[in-house]
Amino acid sequence: MARPLRIVIAKAGLDGHDRGAKVIARALRDAGMEVIYTGLFQAPEQIVQTAIQEDADGIGLSILSGAHMTLFPLIVERLKAQGAQDIVFFGGGTIPPEDAEELKRLGVREIFTPGAPLADIIKFVERECGSRRELVG
Amino acid sequence: MTIGLTGPPGVGKSTLGNALVRKARSHGKSVGVVSVDPSSPFSHGALLGDRIRLTEHFTDREVFIRSMASRGHLGGLAGATADAVLLMDAFGMDVILIETVGVGQSEIEIAELAQTTVVALQPGSGDSIQVLKAGILEIADIFVVNKKDHPMANQLKHEIRSMMEMLDFSGWVPELIMTQATSGDGVDELWAGIERHVAYLRESGELDEKRREAFAHQVRQLALGQLERKLDRQLGSELAAGVDPYAAAERVLHAFGVSSEIVDEPARVPHVRASVKGLT
Repeated sequence: MARPLRIVIAKAGLDGHDRGAKVIARALRDAGMEVIYTGLFQAPEQIVQTAIQEDADGIGLSILSGAHMTLFPLIVERLKAQGAQDIVFFGGGTIPPEDAEELKRLGVREIFTPGAPLADIIKFVERECGSRRELVG
Repeated sequence: MTIGLTGPPGVGKSTLGNALVRKARSHGKSVGVVSVDPSSPFSHGALLGDRIRLTEHFTDREVFIRSMASRGHLGGLAGATADAVLLMDAFGMDVILIETVGVGQSEIEIAELAQTTVVALQPGSGDSIQVLKAGILEIADIFVVNKKDHPMANQLKHEIRSMMEMLDFSGWVPELIMTQATSGDGVDELWAGIERHVAYLRESGELDEKRREAFAHQVRQLALGQLERKLDRQLGSELAAGVDPYAAAERVLHAFGVSSEIVDEPARVPHVRASVKGLT
C-alpha cells in the first residue's frame, strides 16, 4: 500500500478566517491523507519551509483577504528558489475568475472558489499529489 | 541531548515544546523536533497540528520540525520516529525534542527512545491521577505541572509528591517543576532540570545504558515488525478448524522452527476446543 499523501494546509498574511481551511483539512484527512495545518498569519517563507521540512506532496493555500495576487506568486517564487517546484501548489478562497486564470498562468496548479464540491477538491489532490508521490516515492 | 515530552492531550505539550525550543536556541543550540499525532484508525488520515505552536521557528534554519502521524503504531510514537531521531542526530542537531501523541495510560515507548523523559500534567483534571496510577509515573525523569496559575495546581503537586514517596528510586529521583508554558514561567527551571538529568546520566554511566536500550528497542521493533508480517502470512495456511488457540500458536511457531516453550507459559486448558474456523 502506498504511504498516505502529506498535504500542508496554510493561511497566509493578515487573514483570520480559517473555517474554510479547517473544512478542507478535515475533508482531506477523512480521505486518508495526513494534513499538516500551519495555523494563521503565515509568511510565504514559513509556508514553503514547512512544506519542505514535512516533505509534503502539496500545499493548499486559503486566502479570503483579497491579497491573493501578492501571496500566491510569492509562494510560487519561493518554491522555485528552493528547487521545490515538485510540490503541488493549489489554493482557494474568494478569488475572481480572471485572477484565478492569471494565478494558474503563473504556476498555481488549481484555484477553487466558494461552492467547489469537496469531492472535486479531494479528487484533484489525489490525482496531482498522487503523481508527485509516485515521482519521489 | 534527546528530550521526550509526553502527557495527556491538551496539557500543553506543544506549548512547552515551543518554550524549550526557544530556550535551546537562546543557548545557540540547533534543534530537531519530531512531533507525533494520531492517525485515524478509520480513514488512516491524520490532522497534524503541533506546528501551530511552533510557527516562530519555521524560518530558523537551525530548527527542523517534522510532524509524524502514528500510522497505527501503538505506544505514543510512530513506527519511524526512532529513524527520524537517528537522522537528526546524524545531521548534528544539538537538541532533539520528541513530542508524543496525547497519551492515556500505557504509552510509554518514549522512555525507550529519549534520554530525558518529561511527563507533563495539568491541574483540575481528575485524569492526571489516573495517569499517575498506570505506568506514566515510572517513566518520568521530570514531572511538569503545567498551567501553574490554576487554583488546583498546588494540590496536584502534592498528589504527585505523595505518589512518588511510595516508589523506591535508585539513583535519579524525578524532579517536579511548575510551569506556565504560555508565559514562559518556569521554563528556565525546566531547562535546568533537564540539564541536571543529562549531567546525571553522563556521570553515572547511565547514558551509555540508555543508548544501548534505545538501540535494543529499535532492533526489537524492526524484528517484531518483520515477524508479525511473516506470522500473518503463516496464519492463513496453518490454522485448521477445530484447533484450540494454544495448539494453533504451537503449530505456527513450529513452522518457524521455534520450540513451544513460549506457548507453554500460560497453562493449557485441555477441555477448551474453540473452533478457529473464522480465522482461516
